[in-house]
Amino acid sequence: MAKQVYYEDVEEGMEIPPLVKNPTTQQLVKWAGASGDYYQIHYDKDFALASGLPGVIVHGRLKSSFLAELLSDWVGEEGAVKKVSVQHRGMDFPGEQLTCKGKVTKKYVQDGEHIIELEIWTENPRGEKTAPGSAVVALPSRG
Amino acid sequence: MAEEINIEEMKKAIGKPTGSSTIEIEKGMIKKFAESLEDPNPLWQDEEYAKKARFGGIVAPPGLLMAAMMLGERAPLPFAMPMARILDGGGEWEYFKPMRPGDVLTVASKLHDIREREGKMGKMLFMVTETTWTNQNNELVARALGTLINY
Repeated sequence: MAKQVYYEDVEEGMEIPPLVKNPTTQQLVKWAGASGDYYQIHYDKDFALASGLPGVIVHGRLKSSFLAELLSDWVGEEGAVKKVSVQHRGMDFPGEQLTCKGKVTKKYVQDGEHIIELEIWTENPRGEKTAPGSAVVALPSRG
Repeated sequence: MAEEINIEEMKKAIGKPTGSSTIEIEKGMIKKFAESLEDPNPLWQDEEYAKKARFGGIVAPPGLLMAAMMLGERAPLPFAMPMARILDGGGEWEYFKPMRPGDVLTVASKLHDIREREGKMGKMLFMVTETTWTNQNNELVARALGTLINY
């Protein structure tokens, strides 16, 4: 795991290390099985086309989970993810790289906890934010 | 596709519980979930590593509550979705307590909001469901608001 990040290391406006994901149809099937979401638009191309979609699409909840993974990676073993909010704005397709990113919007201490608020999003290869959202995490303090 | 939608009738379901169920958090479930995500974080699987971390042992990743299975065997809403297609509009998850292997969570849901909108693809119905997860010690573990779009 990466070095632990502390509250004092963080500045408003800074970007956190991105998480690059390469969802494949195989991963969508694995996710369907592990998550219990068997909606056919995520693995049956004929069904997806008949539903008016351009093809099989990545589960919105998988993208939200990628964003949760991005946050868990960043807060490390001494931090905690407190809130994740995601809007599914655009579709993503297997075979296309998905980059999860985050940017610090606010930092403050509340009830003894060192809180960081972030803007988070998934980005497709065309630079479009397909799943924007926000998050609240707690970090350890050196103080 | 547009059928008659009686939104006022549907709104009567807001705030009424649609049943609850229980789910046990298991190491195998966490492992399978992390593998499907291709998330190698040792906090989810390595007991020795996790022991020294904030929560003192293996916990489930926050993403686990985003999975459909974590909604349990909910009773359906007291109305059928009027249109054929469904999209997941997104959600908001708030975490209060860690989820550990062996925890038994009670999952309860209710309709939080419902609204109608004219979109690019015609009439759309936005349904927001609130779900809460409570552990065996009666502690609120997490709360989520999920939006489903019927169109």
